[in-house]
Amino acid sequence: MKAAIRCRALHKTYPAKPPVEAVRGLDLEVREGECFGLLGPNGAGKTTTVEILEGLVEPSSGEVEVLGRSWKNDERALRERIGLTLQETRFADKLRVDETLTLFASFYPTGRPVEELLAAVSLAEKRSSWVVNLSGGQRQRLAVACALVGDPELVFLDEPTTGLDPQSRRQLWEILRELRARGRTIVLTTHYMDEAEKLCDRVAIVDQGRIIAQGSPAELIRSLGGDHVVEFALEGGAAVPEHYLALPSVRTARAEGDAILLTVSEPHVAIPALLATVTREGGTLSRLTTRHASLEDVFVALTGRHLRDD
Amino acid sequence: MIERHPFWQLLLARMREFAREPEVLFWVFGFPILLAVGLGIAFRNKPAERVAVGVLESPGCESLLKKLQSAEGFDVERVPPDAAAARLRLGKVALIVVAGDPPEYRFDPTRPDSLLARGRVDDVLQKAAGRADVYVARETTVSDPGARYIDFLIPGLLGMNIMSGGMWGVGYAIVDMRSRRLLKRLIATPMRRSHFLGALMTSRVLLVFAEMLLLLFFGWLVFDMRLQGSLASVALLSTLGAFVFAGLGLLVGSRAKKVESVSGLMNLVMLPMFVFSGVFFSSDRFPAAIQPAVKALPLTALNDALRAVILEGEGLGTQLPRIGILCAWGLVSFVLASRLFRWN
Repeated sequence: MKAAIRCRALHKTYPAKPPVEAVRGLDLEVREGECFGLLGPNGAGKTTTVEILEGLVEPSSGEVEVLGRSWKNDERALRERIGLTLQETRFADKLRVDETLTLFASFYPTGRPVEELLAAVSLAEKRSSWVVNLSGGQRQRLAVACALVGDPELVFLDEPTTGLDPQSRRQLWEILRELRARGRTIVLTTHYMDEAEKLCDRVAIVDQGRIIAQGSPAELIRSLGGDHVVEFALEGGAAVPEHYLALPSVRTARAEGDAILLTVSEPHVAIPALLATVTREGGTLSRLTTRHASLEDVFVALTGRHLRDD
Repeated sequence: MIERHPFWQLLLARMREFAREPEVLFWVFGFPILLAVGLGIAFRNKPAERVAVGVLESPGCESLLKKLQSAEGFDVERVPPDAAAARLRLGKVALIVVAGDPPEYRFDPTRPDSLLARGRVDDVLQKAAGRADVYVARETTVSDPGARYIDFLIPGLLGMNIMSGGMWGVGYAIVDMRSRRLLKRLIATPMRRSHFLGALMTSRVLLVFAEMLLLLFFGWLVFDMRLQGSLASVALLSTLGAFVFAGLGLLVGSRAKKVESVSGLMNLVMLPMFVFSGVFFSSDRFPAAIQPAVKALPLTALNDALRAVILEGEGLGTQLPRIGILCAWGLVSFVLASRLFRWN
């Protein structure tokens, strides 16, 4: 499969005192037609990375190739073939939705009809509203429509659902799925693990300006050694996680607050053994839950921190 | 298709945004008209004023009262002796006349109206007492449109509006778009930057034309103001002014990230010109020592050239030095702005 984006040894340092190293040696390959997610906490360097890929920020060093071309030599041609949303764009307050879209459409040699796009992002009824009167979700859909107006081969979306209510998020996911079904390549950044798991074919986990893991969500979760997480707490607390590594099918163990989290390949084997151990040692469980492992668990396993601190 | 052309769409967007902002419409069109009306009324050429004169109550004051009442232009009142000083001090009367032979005038010689009253009262009383004029002078009164304050004011208001319109319409608009990340979003499209800047400039020129026609029409309609020079010359000067101040606006807005900071910067640039460039009063009033600096300001050059064309009927040929000053400002602003400008 051909690569839509290829970058090697990407570095970006912003001059400041001390200098801010936003990206520190990042290699990436996005395949044509896939939905690729950059997942990481705030300040990980996701936005700097996509803005380098979008040709809006110049890297301090490293190579970037987008759709087989370089930003230096083919900026105009590339601009006609990509679409993007920035992390936050406030469009002109007093232009109508359809006027804004028509304005953006005029910049592209070809593209999708404005009416079709309005329907695609469910803004047809709002076509005559001023932008200032739109809700957050509607504005974000307008931003996505502006990204799609030139019918781009490659679409970048920077935190497309941050700050949206659950319904608006699902509406946006639907738009992105349709886009993928049309064979377009999508690169999105997010700090929502569920979003990355649901939408992305492949994910790169970014932390402190580097990619610390890359692969499909399923692969990354499998790398934990178990698809399930068993979380429990003992009355009186004070348990040592390593103590439970010897239990059957337990792959990793870590403490989090008063709880112990075990990644487990077969919960039906691990849980009876855990209960037996606790009973034998005279302890009492105050809590026991089990769930599927998520990308969040992958991130915690790799960094010891959570994606979101809140 | 022209309506699909990006330049046209960008221009259309600017004009729509402008037309949908009632406050901006007021500042651009309503405010100068209101200023013209207010100042035009306050400084209108009034008919000759009547003079308020008090006659002190005393034996023999009746004939004095009669003489003054029968003369033109006096408001005469009878004043009791104990109130006379207060009436004079409060300015209710300009002069107190005391009957006698000769009569006595009480007044404050530092008050112009008192001096006027003294002269006119004395004239009437002397004539009544039998003085004959040696000659009667010929009088020619002058109040031509063109020499009044309103005539001076309207070109100044036009110049002022061209300046503030250029600064706000370009400088503020650019920084607003930058702070919204709209500039960054626009350059992430294949949009040509020349289209964007060209549309911004064109929107300014169109608005300046509308302002110019409105002010000149209003001056003609309400104040019977006449345009001595050609409309084409005024239009050319206004267009040049629109470009110069759009350039200055672009320069001021080339870096600022927040609208608050650009607002301060713009006021810093505009305030000296409001004061020194002869909007409301002639810039000639400033001392000769600072005249070269005053004359070098772009708004001074624009106002002086507009007045020369509108009030004195000059052609553009005689205004070349002022046009040169404007072009220099425009050129320097655009060159600096193109070096400093940040899109994101």
